[in-house]
Amino acid sequence: MATVMIDLKRLGDVKAPAGFADHVLAQAGMADSYAVFETVLGPVYVAWNRLGVSAAMRSNSAAEFEAWFHEEVGRRMVRVDPPADLVAKIEDQLEGTRRLRFDLRGLTPFSQAVLRKTLEIPRGQVRPYGWIAREIGHPAAVRAVGTALANNPIPYFIPCHRVIRSDGVIGNYGGGGPEAKKNILTLEGVQLKRLQELAHAGFRYEGVRSTKVFCFPTCYHGRMAKERNIVHFHSEQEAHAAGYRPCKHCRPAVVA
Amino acid sequence: MEGTERVFERLVLDHQNRIYALGLALTGNRHDAEEVAQDTFLRAYRALVTFPPDRVRELKQKAWLHRIAVNVVRNRVRGVRPRLVELNGSEPARGPGPEEDVMRKAEIDELAARVACLPARYREAVVLRHVQELSYAEVADALGQPVGTVKANVHRGLKLLRGETHGDGDD
Repeated sequence: MATVMIDLKRLGDVKAPAGFADHVLAQAGMADSYAVFETVLGPVYVAWNRLGVSAAMRSNSAAEFEAWFHEEVGRRMVRVDPPADLVAKIEDQLEGTRRLRFDLRGLTPFSQAVLRKTLEIPRGQVRPYGWIAREIGHPAAVRAVGTALANNPIPYFIPCHRVIRSDGVIGNYGGGGPEAKKNILTLEGVQLKRLQELAHAGFRYEGVRSTKVFCFPTCYHGRMAKERNIVHFHSEQEAHAAGYRPCKHCRPAVVA
Repeated sequence: MEGTERVFERLVLDHQNRIYALGLALTGNRHDAEEVAQDTFLRAYRALVTFPPDRVRELKQKAWLHRIAVNVVRNRVRGVRPRLVELNGSEPARGPGPEEDVMRKAEIDELAARVACLPARYREAVVLRHVQELSYAEVADALGQPVGTVKANVHRGLKLLRGETHGDGDD
């Protein structure tokens, strides 16, 4: 009798496997799960929870990603096998054919507004920092927009690479420096060379003679226009003076 | 809501070993034990978020979790006989814990498998009383049975474990 009971007592001393608590908390939505995905950009670490994707980073190691997440977000996280459907969803998101949900908790309302607005920029197009500032109702906060984008916790997914300086300089990029930014934009079909030639010449807007509408140069409106019908403007005033109205899609100026 | 999440986090950290051990003793293998323990905590979480704050405060966590875990196991094995696990462990080894060396782990697994072969009502009673070391009153509460029934079942369960045939004439 006694030995059986002693043995049984030992059975009660068993410990839960390592990481058990984190897994449970992740399933309850109190910790983020993460996995590494092979994407067109190379290996990308992605974290998510029940609210959506919460962080992304191109990194060489899980340790680096975990340290960064801990620093920036502060929640627990557990590594899991990538769910099969998430792989497809992420590819679709990067292809621009799907909108994922994002968890932006912990960011300031201003940063959230900047990132949500950035999500509206279509693949293959770019906008200046000032455009974001104006669209979210803080036209003077151009630098703050730059800061918010530089601290984007979910680069690639929230396409901060589609925001560039109005003078045509590509600008810095947290997701791997200016070169990475150029590469991603090229991958998305932006004609950087043409864009920069225009910027160097001081042209910021492109108008179409037949419609009298002016756009940002990468806007898809006016793509079908013949080359001889395209005109360029240095400024909003110049476009207005020539009798052009701002495009309602890319909104290069406040649409009256 | 924030408060509930704090409570749940503590609950998991404080009771994870206990509930995992319970799962192991009731199911006889580590894979099922982990599933049972996970399921138990997730059910606890879903219940916890619906509780008013004072109910959360006054909750007897240990007894409550044991009750949930027993039900999780009962629901899992309903209609399925607990399977006999090969003694040398066909279960994927998760690697021994810090102070569990390989020998010890094999012994534990063998013991857990033996316990898992007991008929459910003896197994539940024996495990809660002698593995988890609950009082008879607590076991009775967790199983929803009278104390007398629990005592009898513990007694018969131990007898079976010691390899004595039970001549009581019950099933």
